[in-house]
Amino acid sequence: MNALVPMPVMLPMLGAGICLVLGRSARAQRIVSLAVLSAVVVISGVLLWKTDASGPQVVDVGGWGDLGISLVADRLSALLLVVSSIVTLCVLAYSLGQGIVEYGRDTPLSVFHPTYLVLVAGVSNAFLSGDLFNLYVGFEVLLAASYVLITLGGTAARVRAGTTYVVVSLLSSLIFLIAIALVYAATGTVNLASLASRIDDLPDGVTLILQLMLLTAFGIKAAVFPLGAWLPDSYPTAPAPVTAVFAGLLTKVGVYAMIRVQTLLFPDSPLEGLLLVAALLTMVIGILGAVAQSDIKRLLSFTLLSHIGYMMFGLALATTIDSPIALAGTVYYVIHHITVQTTLFLVSGLIEIRGGSTNLDLIGGLARVSPVLGVLFFIPAMNLAGIPPFSGFLGKVALLQAGAESGTWLAYVLVAGGVVTSLLTLYAMAKAWNRAFWQAPPDSVEATPAEGALHGGDAVAVDAPRTSAMPISLVVPTAVLVAVGLAFTVAAGPLFGIAERSADELRDRTPYITAVTDAADR
Amino acid sequence: MSANLTLIVTIGVLFATGVPLVLERSLSRILIGVLLLGNGANLLFLVASGRAGHAPIVGAPDQRASMSDPLPQAMVLTAIVITLGVTAFLLALSYRSWQLNRNDDVQDDVEDALIKRLADLDEASTSFDDSEGGVADEEGSDESEATSGGDHR
Repeated sequence: MNALVPMPVMLPMLGAGICLVLGRSARAQRIVSLAVLSAVVVISGVLLWKTDASGPQVVDVGGWGDLGISLVADRLSALLLVVSSIVTLCVLAYSLGQGIVEYGRDTPLSVFHPTYLVLVAGVSNAFLSGDLFNLYVGFEVLLAASYVLITLGGTAARVRAGTTYVVVSLLSSLIFLIAIALVYAATGTVNLASLASRIDDLPDGVTLILQLMLLTAFGIKAAVFPLGAWLPDSYPTAPAPVTAVFAGLLTKVGVYAMIRVQTLLFPDSPLEGLLLVAALLTMVIGILGAVAQSDIKRLLSFTLLSHIGYMMFGLALATTIDSPIALAGTVYYVIHHITVQTTLFLVSGLIEIRGGSTNLDLIGGLARVSPVLGVLFFIPAMNLAGIPPFSGFLGKVALLQAGAESGTWLAYVLVAGGVVTSLLTLYAMAKAWNRAFWQAPPDSVEATPAEGALHGGDAVAVDAPRTSAMPISLVVPTAVLVAVGLAFTVAAGPLFGIAERSADELRDRTPYITAVTDAADR
Repeated sequence: MSANLTLIVTIGVLFATGVPLVLERSLSRILIGVLLLGNGANLLFLVASGRAGHAPIVGAPDQRASMSDPLPQAMVLTAIVITLGVTAFLLALSYRSWQLNRNDDVQDDVEDALIKRLADLDEASTSFDDSEGGVADEEGSDESEATSGGDHR
């Protein structure tokens, strides 16, 4: 059964190789990618069931025991794997559908599939890694793939946005690398389970430096407030499916790394106050940015930034209060946010096709033109804003409850900040809804192509709002993701149960550590 | 653990020269800066591995005590390969940027550029409550519909 653990990394890598070989045949590439990602969904599902039933699953890949690379699937990793693989599969289906519309001179088909599979492999590797250096490798794999995807086609706007993204990511990788060297110098190991016990023996100052370096590196990737300014500028220019998968997954990998490191290595973290303040600023400043935007993609990028703050909030509280609710809330919020944010970016791609643009000044009246699109936008938008029956509401309630349980004045400030952010999200979403779907379309629009490029959108689309029917192959994957988002509400009980058990596992630490040491001794 | 002073001074010099280069505007300078910083980080792994010794793994079992630590070397190799790949990509990117713009400068953030232009024109954003509607700005928005809040495109 443990043999399944490396599969989510290995299969996409193999698939990427096969896709490269089959570069001439678009059809074969599609079949391979779809087959690989479907297999990953099934395997992740089995892994989740297995880890939930019988504890963390460990594979010692190198056979070097404590020295080599171990891959660990515990409840948190498995849960994130399941959600991310479903999301990546849907986005792949969407991008195949978009092939009808967008593949052409600007998007070389032969590069997309292998790169996308490498990205998936990197994400899975990061989730499964039980070793700090392998986590770095996982990050690099997914980043290298994302560099290619974000500059796909090499148009001027994408090169401009990509440059910032690449340079910032490079710096964060360097900080991470330096942190690993320091960790090794201080402890003589990079295995997370061994580190967990050895870090306790270090002097407080050394521990603090290591923790701050790691958190800074992950904070850049997760786009936490002072480190996240690169995000809203670089994401919107990429093709819709690419932005969708970036928005859903890449920042969450950073959040995952933070959760893992904070709970496993630094459970007695002295940085609660710092994290809480960062969370508050991330939430409020991000959402104020969103309110000011008039392009749907940029607006969504800012809400993405803002809602990272909720996850930081739960994580900061996790070490201080004596119940798993904060961490469980964070885990639930992460999986909710992966799905919803991806869905919204896919829908914005549909809006671009149906309305001709994502700029709110150029479109309008879409509710009459396409009620289906209206429904597809409305549900995830309300979900993101946290309207009661949806999963966004449930996650926020758990986090706010944790804040109230903590009882410090700072936590109450955060609770208030969370509520305000939620309201402002609702405002931003309602604004987007009103202007795109209800308001009458502007009759004369004169935007120059240069303007379009400057706004980060597709220059052609803004230049002449050109509308066309939505292909059914794009609507179906989007609708599936909307349904997955709704399923988080329907299955909220069992899901929150898993989230709570994974939070217990994270707080306890011993199941993870014993599983890894047992595997190393075998 | 006693650390090698030469290595540490070298790392210091590499970081000190790398950081200002990364802060430059030109992508090729950033590239050199990243290379310097990357090499500094790689040397840091050698410091982390402790005292230098005999070639690891190959030696006889009784030499184990005098061997160098092999693990950081493996990590450095990996890190070097990754830096190589990313450097190649960055080079390609700066070449593409030169093809498109005849320079390889990192360009302004779109939002910054828009705000700077508004400032140059000495104009408030369209959401600014100026009652008379003001002038149609060059973003092409119709002043009459600049109604919703906070909209400075």
